Amino acid sequence: MNRPPQSLHRALGLSDDEFAQIEAVLGREPNDLELALYGVMWSEHCSYKSSRLHLRRLPTTGEHVLVGPGENAGVIDAGDGIAVAIRIESHNHPSAIEPYQGAATGVGGILRDVFTMGARPLAVMDPLFFGELSDARQRWLVEGVVSGISGYGNSVGVPTIGGELTFDECYSGNPLVNVLCVGALPTERLVLGIASGVGNLAVLLGSRTGRDGIGGVSVLASAGFSGEEGALDDAKRPSVQVGDPYEEKRLIEACLELLDRGYVLGIQDLGGAGLVCATSETAARGGVGMDVDVTAVPQREPGMVPYEIMTSESQERMLAIITPENLEAVREVCERWEVRATVVGHVVEPLIDDDGNEVGMLRIRDGFDGEVLAEVPARSLADEAPLYDRTRERPSSLDAVLDDDPSNEPVGSTNEDLLSLLVDPGWVYRQYDSQLFLNTVVGPGRDAALLRLAGPGLPVSTRGIALSTDSNPRWCALDPRLGTALTIYESVANLACVGATAKAVVNCLNFGNPEHPSVMWQLSEAIDGMADACSALGLPVIGGNVSLYNESGGVDIDPTPVVGLLGVLDHLVAPPPGWNWRAGDALVLVGVRRAVGERSFPLGGSRWATRRGRRGGRLSEIEVSTLRATIDFVVGEVAGICAGMASDVTAVHDVSGGGIAAALAEMVAVTSVGAQVAELDDFAELFSEFPGRFIVATGDLDAFATRAAAAGVPMVSLGTCGGERLVIGSTVDLSVDDIAATRRGALEAALSALS
Amino acid sequence: MNFLVVVEVTLRRGIADPEGATIERALPALGFSGVSNVQAGKSFRMNVEAENEDAALDKATALAERLLSNPVIEDAVARLAEVHAT
Amino acid sequence: MTRIAVVVFPGSNCEYDALTGVESLGADAELVWHSTKDLSGFDGVILPGGFAHGDYLRPGALARFSPVMDAVARFAEDGGAVLGICNGFQVLTEAGLLPGALQKNAGLKFLCQPTTLTVTSTDSILTANATLGQELVIPINHFSGAYVCDDETLARLEGSGQIILRYVENPNGSRGNIAGLANERGNVVGLMPHPERAMSTLLGSADGRVLLESFVAPRVRA
Repeated sequence: MNRPPQSLHRALGLSDDEFAQIEAVLGREPNDLELALYGVMWSEHCSYKSSRLHLRRLPTTGEHVLVGPGENAGVIDAGDGIAVAIRIESHNHPSAIEPYQGAATGVGGILRDVFTMGARPLAVMDPLFFGELSDARQRWLVEGVVSGISGYGNSVGVPTIGGELTFDECYSGNPLVNVLCVGALPTERLVLGIASGVGNLAVLLGSRTGRDGIGGVSVLASAGFSGEEGALDDAKRPSVQVGDPYEEKRLIEACLELLDRGYVLGIQDLGGAGLVCATSETAARGGVGMDVDVTAVPQREPGMVPYEIMTSESQERMLAIITPENLEAVREVCERWEVRATVVGHVVEPLIDDDGNEVGMLRIRDGFDGEVLAEVPARSLADEAPLYDRTRERPSSLDAVLDDDPSNEPVGSTNEDLLSLLVDPGWVYRQYDSQLFLNTVVGPGRDAALLRLAGPGLPVSTRGIALSTDSNPRWCALDPRLGTALTIYESVANLACVGATAKAVVNCLNFGNPEHPSVMWQLSEAIDGMADACSALGLPVIGGNVSLYNESGGVDIDPTPVVGLLGVLDHLVAPPPGWNWRAGDALVLVGVRRAVGERSFPLGGSRWATRRGRRGGRLSEIEVSTLRATIDFVVGEVAGICAGMASDVTAVHDVSGGGIAAALAEMVAVTSVGAQVAELDDFAELFSEFPGRFIVATGDLDAFATRAAAAGVPMVSLGTCGGERLVIGSTVDLSVDDIAATRRGALEAALSALS
Repeated sequence: MNFLVVVEVTLRRGIADPEGATIERALPALGFSGVSNVQAGKSFRMNVEAENEDAALDKATALAERLLSNPVIEDAVARLAEVHAT
Repeated sequence: MTRIAVVVFPGSNCEYDALTGVESLGADAELVWHSTKDLSGFDGVILPGGFAHGDYLRPGALARFSPVMDAVARFAEDGGAVLGICNGFQVLTEAGLLPGALQKNAGLKFLCQPTTLTVTSTDSILTANATLGQELVIPINHFSGAYVCDDETLARLEGSGQIILRYVENPNGSRGNIAGLANERGNVVGLMPHPERAMSTLLGSADGRVLLESFVAPRVRA
């Protein structure tokens, strides 16, 4: 074929150096198919080549950690013979193109990551980030993404129990759709994505393979590259993957039954890079070779060529490693669930290289005994992508931003400011089934979600698990390191509100273009901030996802590290107090009142300042030792209530976005009872945001104060609950009805603006 | 003979059609005036093997009434789209 | 002990919840695959919530042709207690075991939220233990829950006490605020709200208990 030898690899996204590395690995020039395999496996999306070097700085171990980063999901031992698997991912770019299917397939993918570990998916959470709703396109994206999550999640039968909803102009050209899934399994059912046992079979389960999601490799189809009959040109290729929750539901049930019966030695889902990823990763982990017969793969369309079959990202597929003796039994189970099961690969002996090392080869064949179309070391695809230490540079423009502190912003109308900060996300979460499996004690729209740790096939337990997803791009834009650390603290505080002790962290690092030194600096700083906070709290990071190139028109999004925290509650027989205080209760602020340093009540990065167009300023450090003591105290108070003990505490809410004023107003809106709060120390304290503070309502102030003092936790009395107004000193005076109605209607009003 | 048959399923007169109504309400804002009676429905295309046109339509109508539509709320109409040579 | 069959269609997803709900009341419950053709030996049958056959075509449209549905029809004919919850209600109307049909919600959105229901008839296997006019807080969780029927059917249902549960505030555009209804004999019942999700104050409400208690109570067949 007449083409310059160097151009194909570039079109596949491989640099000249990477091409040279591939030639060195193979000891020869790769053929087109092999190059395509490296192209997808060494992509940023699959190999994390820009971020892996930095991710190593995160703490990942703990005695309760059963599986850390690198597998399909992280797993912890939650006690009572139950392990909990958790994973978070982004589906940003697909959702920007086709919001419904982008979000739907995001849900499908994350579920497969979790049931791959042998866990039954128990809940999903969705942190979502869009541009401002005054823009019609953003409203279309919100409608589409929420319907996609609802349409897929509800139908597949996994409750969606929470998430986040952020509107900021930085996401106008690049929305973020992250999705977290948690599942549980009897500890002994834990299974990994490992191929083992020469002669064993790799069985493809689920949907047929189509030409969807071939993405970057589609350049092979352009004239002059492929030379293979039947390859489609770009215009004819479906760029959007379509999810089928009904197929996924049957796939979940079939896989869990296969695992329960002990038929499966290893299992892996097909996600990014499809079959080449699943086969090379399972073979690499097991140190074995694998022969794959492309012609055996059930195809949705005629005339598909090997690179299309190997790299297709068609949804709802799994690869299971089984012994030949179990094949009939596997087929029987799959038939009952109407799930297709096809042998597509054989586990084979590794080769021995010149140095006497075992090298498991991935061989793509035209029929099991047919021609070898590609032959590459599995590890070179799965584990040996190049690592890049890309240039990092703190942007010099940041200083001016930090100096523009909103502390000098004129006060304005505090009542109106407060109302403008209130948004009830109910319009979103009412579209999600949040209750399936009868576990949801606290559902969406509160500090954290709280579930009973129970499900079909699990040992009986009265434990609970709590989940919170958090991010604060406003903070991270000013100081990615401190902003990320504060985000972790904020998330731990959220778990405390439902009585749970944080046990593990997963992260989804949404950043801009890593080729911009400022973005690499942000990423590296954010990872350090996460490491700082996790080390301070003894929290392991057990999994994560990095989404780069979130930019549009050359402008990067604000750094958006999203964290998902998993907490455990030892004994859950009664609901936590929630936000419903009673008339007559005393209101207190628990935790350190002031941030450390120059600004006791920082407004930089606050929602109040951002709404006024002030995006600059500095964050303040917080006293971590006091934060820890406060969290432990609140966890103890709430966990006691959840364990069924009597308590004077009637309501608990952590102070976060919108500060003390918003926290109080949210509680007023939910409980429909007002409050009279004394003048705060400083106007800035109303809206200042830093973690580690809780609003608590108690029916016995003296008893509560005594317990706080005994725990060495600072506490200050704020006022009393009751009446039909929320009054905060001389600054806020609003009726309960206005607060409730404004908050309830805010989102719907913004969405219903006619385009 | 092989016939390409199209079955259209629409809501019966008098049954609320929130989808159609919503579309109709959105049209003026998009600059489309003079559009009324928007009805949402479903369309199915299928190849039907039969002796002749009438038999093909009968078969399609029967399956449309039994499966494709719910006669409590929906009407189904089968029509011939084109003839394939077999 | 009362023996309850919970039918599992491919795509059902509330089967374990229904099973847990009736088991917590002392019933002996069993999951039954949709290919089953024989329901003898059971005292009651539940068609649970979910998305049987993916809800493709229409909710319940394909499920009504599952082999088990002939057995359900015979079971009902013999006076057995049949309860369709949410998707199960949709299946029962598609199968003609209950009148009317369920359409997309008026707001064209899926709705998962608590609703307050009024018991408007106690002449059914689901409401026998409840009191007339009793208010129950029970969640709904559906996209197609707007009950529709023609005027004549509505008049007949009103007159015969077959409307057993109505919404206090209509969430989905259901005709006559109908949340649940029974056949003439009262042994086949369908409702859109999920009583099995309201069995414990830990989860927000225990008001579903009185309904499922009625359903699992030992009874002489009608």
